[in-house]
Amino acid sequence: MSLELRDIRKYFGEVRANDGVSIRVERGELHGLLGENGAGKSTLMKILSGFIEADSGEVVVDDQVIAMKSPRDAIAAGIGMLHQDPLVFLPFSVLENFVLGNPRADRDQARSELLRLGESFGFAFEPEAPVRTLTVGERQQLEIVRLLWLGAKVLILDEPTTGISATQQALLFEALRTLAGQGMIVIFVSHKLEEVEALCDRVTVMRRGRAVGDVPLPAPIDRLVEMMFGRAVKVAERDHRGLGDVAIELARLCVDDRLVSLRDLDLLVHRGEVIGLAGLEGSGQRTLLRSCAGLLAPRSGRLEAGGADLAGHPYHEHREAGIHYLPAGRLEEGLIRGVTVAEHFLLAGERKGPIIDWDSAHDEARRRIEEHSIVGTTDSPAESLSGGNQQRLLLAMMPAGVDVLLMEHPTRGLDIASADWVWSRLLERVEQGTAIIFSSADLDELLRYSDRIIVFFAGRVIAVLDAADTDAVRLAHLIGGKDLG
Amino acid sequence: MTTRRPILRFRPGSRIIAVVLALGFTSLLVAATGASPFEAFRLLWQGSVGTTDKLANTLMTWVPLALASAGLVVTFSAGLWNIGVEGQIVMGAIAASWVAREVDLGTAAIITLAVAAGLVAGMLWGLLAGVLRVYARVNEIFGGLGLDFVATGLVVYLVIGPWKRSGIASTSGTDLFPREAWMPTIGDRLAPIAIVLAVIAIVAVFALMRGTYFGLRLKAVGANPTSAFIIGIRTHRYLLAAMAIGGALAGVAGTVQAIGFQHKLVPAISGGYGFLGILVVLLAAYRAALVAPIAFFFVMISVGSSQLSLRLGLDSSIGGVIQGALVLTAVLVGGWQVQRATRRAAAEEV
Repeated sequence: MSLELRDIRKYFGEVRANDGVSIRVERGELHGLLGENGAGKSTLMKILSGFIEADSGEVVVDDQVIAMKSPRDAIAAGIGMLHQDPLVFLPFSVLENFVLGNPRADRDQARSELLRLGESFGFAFEPEAPVRTLTVGERQQLEIVRLLWLGAKVLILDEPTTGISATQQALLFEALRTLAGQGMIVIFVSHKLEEVEALCDRVTVMRRGRAVGDVPLPAPIDRLVEMMFGRAVKVAERDHRGLGDVAIELARLCVDDRLVSLRDLDLLVHRGEVIGLAGLEGSGQRTLLRSCAGLLAPRSGRLEAGGADLAGHPYHEHREAGIHYLPAGRLEEGLIRGVTVAEHFLLAGERKGPIIDWDSAHDEARRRIEEHSIVGTTDSPAESLSGGNQQRLLLAMMPAGVDVLLMEHPTRGLDIASADWVWSRLLERVEQGTAIIFSSADLDELLRYSDRIIVFFAGRVIAVLDAADTDAVRLAHLIGGKDLG
Repeated sequence: MTTRRPILRFRPGSRIIAVVLALGFTSLLVAATGASPFEAFRLLWQGSVGTTDKLANTLMTWVPLALASAGLVVTFSAGLWNIGVEGQIVMGAIAASWVAREVDLGTAAIITLAVAAGLVAGMLWGLLAGVLRVYARVNEIFGGLGLDFVATGLVVYLVIGPWKRSGIASTSGTDLFPREAWMPTIGDRLAPIAIVLAVIAIVAVFALMRGTYFGLRLKAVGANPTSAFIIGIRTHRYLLAAMAIGGALAGVAGTVQAIGFQHKLVPAISGGYGFLGILVVLLAAYRAALVAPIAFFFVMISVGSSQLSLRLGLDSSIGGVIQGALVLTAVLVGGWQVQRATRRAAAEEV
């Protein structure tokens, strides 16, 4: 059997989630799909498993085009998807979850099938145990045998190693190798290089909605990182300024996030300095940004800004100390659906008495719309703006006199013109003494705008680099977890 | 992605479609029983606003519904499903009844004190649900429902216990309050003070939501608490304030029920206006300006439907059916429009 995706396209508004992706996978192949968050992997796999419909393109199994309208069609064609959070029904038992989706099955027969399939992979199931008592890894195991029992010949796993133990991961990889040995196709979706390297025979790398490479493994790690992050073309365009006073200082900071723990982090950032945070998604960059913003309370250590130790203090005190945070999810954590541009300026701005003067609010909003070249009107709801204009609105909402600006992926999803505009605005702030700490999945952006680059790997800071003395190859290696030494 | 509560957004004309659909549906129901739908609707009109007396009665029924609905506009805008509104009405009524029974100062003072007491009691009951939600993470629906039962239990206890009628304890209510504690009326029923309170509440909520920073922030917290927090709004304060305002207005509704309408405390003192108010606010799409007419329309149906049982032999619950059908069709039409808009947007994107 073989599986082929032909020229798959899926656009969400201006965002080209999949922009003409073609992949072919043969029988018995363990195929990796690698890419940063937002590269389009999940969209592609949702199309392949029937959860969403492609705008155009074909899914072909054994040279037959499959009409993919719902997950039912995918299952019928032998394509089974294991989601990042296994779709189990918590109040039900293991056996009940197993027979869901196959309601005509005989219970006793199902029980023996469950135990037999489990045994063949070394999974131990208790059929009557409630699923809520199972770990994420055990839920995955249940989901895998369920899909196999339903007749899956293609198994898609979306970031399956998130939240499972090392033992369970070893067991999972062993099971996947066995399945491939039996002639099944396994598609392993991940942003973790080392896992794809350890498990897969081939890998397709996705970046910005396109498949940018299809290579047999093992392959040189810097080549993979370069495909994921893009080649850095220009370096150090801007004048690296002399250092000013300290803007923010972290001393022996320890923070626990859900999956990442930062340990004993020391960092001194000066006014007018730009710090880039590099690393694979989920390596600790967001944890650092959110703890600096005051959204994650550190376990121990100091976080000093504006002459005070803010560690453990609420978010609002961080804001008052001049720390400003712009998260990646613009409509989730920044702007508000159903609230207009003018209203956003009112919400973010200084409050002048209890009553809103709508006339002057609109005048002010028009002025700022013009100043920041936002395509939209004062009465446009935030969600009607394009991604680039949402980012412009967020920047326009930022008050003057921000000392430390924390940004996640400042230009993700933006076209080149918008991205350049965003950075020209940010650099104006830097000239005025604002320190910027930003995370990015773009080598070029990191090297071009940072003074220093902090590289994260698996929740640890593995290098602090002077951007002027760093090249893309070294950075790519570090992001992949290997130093050239 | 954050999950967002569904907000009904109507395009102009959709309410009319909803009303026509609901009237069509109830006409079919009435016709199925063999009665004439036209006659039924004429009787509804006659029974609610046909005579001065009936109009006065309808207006006095409108007051608590309008007050409770105005408060719900505030809590719903903040994204809080304040199911506890019934309990807040009851607590307001209890506090007002206490003033009416115990304070002996002359009408003006008693009424002022009763309104203040009802307002504070409703506010505290609302705040309690808010505190449970904000600090103990008890969903306001469950917290509010629990507090509803507590309030209802308390009123029954008072009516058959400490405040029982002289001689016999009866669930028909306490003794009538002394005359000085009644809201003064024009004619038999119409208490102008009550009408004024309802109008003030609606205008105040309209102004609050339309023209103040507080209202705008409340709306932001309701639409996306995460973004609102990151923008710098202290979301907890706004959630608590919304519950306090909603509860206070419900408390005033209870006060009007006690000293303006029943003139005693009865177990069913809330009159179900809290739950009915939820329907009114859903139909008004959280807009204060629409609360007054929609509440009036609902009350017309409630009051007028008693005529249907007398004259046409229909069960008076037909009024509830019409109200329910109205909300359902409005939700349907709203959902249908959202779906159409989504499809149109999707078609434009390709």
